[in-house]
Amino acid sequence: MAKMHVKLTVNGRAVEALAEPRTLLIHFLREELRLTGPHIGCDTSHCGACTVDLDGKSVKSCTLFVAQANGGSLRTIEGMAAADGSLHPLQEAFREHHGLQCGFCTPGMITRAYRLLQENPDPTEAEIRQGISGNLCRCTGYQNIVKAIRAAAERMSSTKEAAE
Amino acid sequence: MIPGSFDYHRPRTLDEAISLMASLGEEARVVAGGHSLIPMMKLRLAAPEHLVDLRDLAELRAIRSEGGTLVVGAMATQREIIASDLLAAECPILRETALQIADPQVRYVGTLGGNVANGDPGNDMPAVMMALGAVYRVKGSPGERDIPARDFYRSSFTTALAPSEILTQVRIPAAPKGQGYAYEKQKRKVGDYATAAAAVVLSMAQGSCTAAAIGLTNVGGTPLFAVAAAQALIGTRIDGTAIVEAVRQARAIAQPAADQRGPADFRTHVAGVMVERAIRRAKERAA
Repeated sequence: MAKMHVKLTVNGRAVEALAEPRTLLIHFLREELRLTGPHIGCDTSHCGACTVDLDGKSVKSCTLFVAQANGGSLRTIEGMAAADGSLHPLQEAFREHHGLQCGFCTPGMITRAYRLLQENPDPTEAEIRQGISGNLCRCTGYQNIVKAIRAAAERMSSTKEAAE
Repeated sequence: MIPGSFDYHRPRTLDEAISLMASLGEEARVVAGGHSLIPMMKLRLAAPEHLVDLRDLAELRAIRSEGGTLVVGAMATQREIIASDLLAAECPILRETALQIADPQVRYVGTLGGNVANGDPGNDMPAVMMALGAVYRVKGSPGERDIPARDFYRSSFTTALAPSEILTQVRIPAAPKGQGYAYEKQKRKVGDYATAAAAVVLSMAQGSCTAAAIGLTNVGGTPLFAVAAAQALIGTRIDGTAIVEAVRQARAIAQPAADQRGPADFRTHVAGVMVERAIRRAKERAA
């Protein structure tokens, strides 16, 4: 069972490594690349703490082999803030609206919300709740997470309008 | 959880995939989205020596109409099914069902082919395909053949698919105009398999039912095609009496296991409730 050559773009950076095909993407990210933002929660594709963005899709990196992602482009929570360290509007909104308590689910929530807002820049509360239904939070009761995503959507669309 | 070791193959064409499956033998498995297979590999309930990944086979992704028959490529994802205007217009039960499968992340990756070919009685699409009279087109080194969904499921995780064959298309006959449909699923939470679920398609003419088909999810070792339950509707106005009889016939063939979703009796009961709701909604939708 030979190791294979894996090439990925992660948060805009080209990455090459040798990995066993059975290596799960979450383990590759955390142990090989030391990107420990994506978390291992349930390890059974239910909780969404391991969510990352792969080629424009939100995926649960505990249920994907790195071999399957080979050649792809990934974004994790580490790639959300700008190069100068200023936070992404979603990160700002989670802070402002207290959209987290223990913070364990937050990287998955924010990467998932990022893709949701790319696809639907003006979601209703119900659409937000459906959109994050694959991400579990055991602290907040979701109210402030939904508020934060809604606030980020408004801020992102007003920034976009101002730019236009 | 770490799966056992395997060699990974990513063919570029269907022919290459088929010859790989033929040469690698019975220890090889194809992987589509992997959201049924990978969890089983992590639990070491499956330990293939070779994985043949079909993700680069664009030829298996298309969703199109072929002289009235809807052809959905085996690699079309649940999300692509939900987003398809063609399916929304011609076969809306697929969208209704796909939206009840797992969660957004899983639907980006999980495929129709994986859902129907894996043979897990908890998967939702098989009962729908049985109700619709769909046909699975499969290809192996001896050639291509068509297997009706109603003949495909043998027992839990055992299907009519030979180890070296690959499901390429799901072919759904054109629905009669005005066909009513519904997929009703009870689950404990997002991401769970059904406690019980029912797929119903039916046609009405002058207030009377002219055709009906019913499939049941997760109340047996295989998805179930409920022939007698559907027969109980045909020729009636689908009034209370006919529905009671259809529910009785559906419960008569349900043989769920007791599990975290409830005792067997409860799950059989729920199957009847799902059948009743699906019949009522399908009737409302029938023109």
